Amino acid sequence: MGAYVNPIYPYKAPTDLKATPSLRKPLIVIGAGPVGLAAAVDARLQGLDVLVLDDDKTVSVGSRAVCYAKRSLEILDRLGIAEPACQLGVSWNIGRTFLEQDEVYQFNLVPDAGHKRPGMINLQQYHIEEMLIARALELGADIRWQHKVTAVKRHDDGHDDHATLTVETPDGAFDIEADWLVVADGARSPIRRHLGLDIEGRVFQDRFLIADVIMKADYPAERWFWFDPPFHPNQSVLLHKQSNNVWRIDFQLGWDADPEEEKKPEKVIPRLQAMLGDDRPFELEWVSIYTFQCRRMTDFRHGRVLFVGDAAHQVSPFGARGANSGFQDVDDLMWKLALVMKGQASDKLLDTYALDRQFAADENIMNSTRSTDFITPKSRTSKTFRNQVLALARHYPFARKLVNSGRLSMPSFLTSSLLNTPDADAFEGNMVPGAPMDDAPVQVAGQDAWLLDQVGNRFACLLFADAVPSAEVLAQLNALQAPRESAPPRANVPPVPVTPLIVAPRAFEVPGVKVLVDTQGWVAKRYDGQDGTTYLLRPDQHVAARWRQLDSAKVQQALVLATCQADALL
Amino acid sequence: MQTTLLQTDPNFHEPGRRFFRDFSPGDDFYEALIDAHNGLSDEQSEALNARLILLLANHIGDLRVLREALAAAKSAAA
Repeated sequence: MGAYVNPIYPYKAPTDLKATPSLRKPLIVIGAGPVGLAAAVDARLQGLDVLVLDDDKTVSVGSRAVCYAKRSLEILDRLGIAEPACQLGVSWNIGRTFLEQDEVYQFNLVPDAGHKRPGMINLQQYHIEEMLIARALELGADIRWQHKVTAVKRHDDGHDDHATLTVETPDGAFDIEADWLVVADGARSPIRRHLGLDIEGRVFQDRFLIADVIMKADYPAERWFWFDPPFHPNQSVLLHKQSNNVWRIDFQLGWDADPEEEKKPEKVIPRLQAMLGDDRPFELEWVSIYTFQCRRMTDFRHGRVLFVGDAAHQVSPFGARGANSGFQDVDDLMWKLALVMKGQASDKLLDTYALDRQFAADENIMNSTRSTDFITPKSRTSKTFRNQVLALARHYPFARKLVNSGRLSMPSFLTSSLLNTPDADAFEGNMVPGAPMDDAPVQVAGQDAWLLDQVGNRFACLLFADAVPSAEVLAQLNALQAPRESAPPRANVPPVPVTPLIVAPRAFEVPGVKVLVDTQGWVAKRYDGQDGTTYLLRPDQHVAARWRQLDSAKVQQALVLATCQADALL
Repeated sequence: MQTTLLQTDPNFHEPGRRFFRDFSPGDDFYEALIDAHNGLSDEQSEALNARLILLLANHIGDLRVLREALAAAKSAAA
């Protein structure tokens, strides 16, 4: 009934994957949704061979995850698809919240200037998946459709650890082994169930109707949320603009609604007509009834098996914290996995993936649970407080801040990460160790550019310098690129190189080091950068450590900590 | 309604704790407030709210502020 036609990806018989004894692959990803595909792209960017297995042969049916937050767009920039996603998607920053007919609260996701990406884009999940598939294939990932993993056996006894997968295809079943397994098979995660792993949390007793509507409308590109609107009394409604004239409308229905009945066009269309309030022609592209849970696995890591995205954690949709947090899982995991697979870090580094992303999942669950409790109060008292917050919000700023129609996905500050080197010097601002980096406009070789595009995939050492640094400082900075001599001795462990970068208020040249000119002062402002200030940045664009003066020995120590290399010596 | 002494700008905070998102301290309070009512009957909730108002009013103490708060609460009725 809709405008979008799902592509069918060709099935390839697994003749090259079947072998006796079974083939061993370094890395297999289960699930070609947005998160599994992002993992495959990131693996290729890290130079890892990757095989992706998916039981289907197309992208998502229906728009599903439509909101991609600024941090996801920055990750997608690193993966190489943010530009087409932003071109096709609908950028927005403003969210409006209405009580009945009146606007009571407005937020702006990016109140500051000087960011490459907007607060959010809306884009149908199938478009994102198509872009990720094209990118993964371009980078040499091996994606196999109609390859359903039916069993996983873990071998974690300490020698030759791996997993054995049983895969069903139209040409029968076969076994294949993986040194490392990334599980991205979604909320129902057959693999998680198959391995008997716990996922615990809270089920919410409410039902929601999603309608994707194709229509011509001139509503602005903003998120509109209604409490108790006249066209849908006593419930909430959410409106989002997507690309190609598709609009997402989300109606709260209550727990007693009959999902089969409510899905029927003869039930959906009158609801939409009441909302749109005119004779505007529209077409239904996709309708779905959903309920949700907020829950996570106790541990995202089980030996060689790593869980990412919805397979590991689920949230309510208020806040767009599903796919967005899945991308952040991948962002955190893949550089760590690459260092471990290449023998540059102890495999304890992957425990920090689990710890840090479990922390982030708890934050996402907390925020989306709070939103859900505000939107759908569970008791009379809770509803009274909610309604009186809305009443006060018409008059008072403090109450506007309490209006919670969704706290939209923002990355966690991983301030308790074991990889952080605690500050020894004083700094202003938010770029603490563990912080996701703020973007800023810069110039590189006379061209306009963005800070975040200059870092990522590798460690970087960012030095603020008002003028060309001394030869001694430059020697320290350059030594980080090939740290054999200055690093502590590590038998057989290849060094982790650190890319040197200089941030300067005006252009100058330094042989072998890229100079980022902070033309508008945003970098210095956001990072509290002064002459000599030094940041060690992780491959996932998070701050690992910072100092007021460059001391390459301290940078090396922080690098050892940020990569669990010390453990490799044990 | 204009207030002169009553704080009506966002004011939730916790000394020594850093909030990276401006909505977080308010959301922390709101969650604690709703949690305090968990499992209570409507009558018990009403009584809890009354005790809470009395405790907070005494903490504020300044009758001018309390009069403004009472007037603001009354005039904001939806």
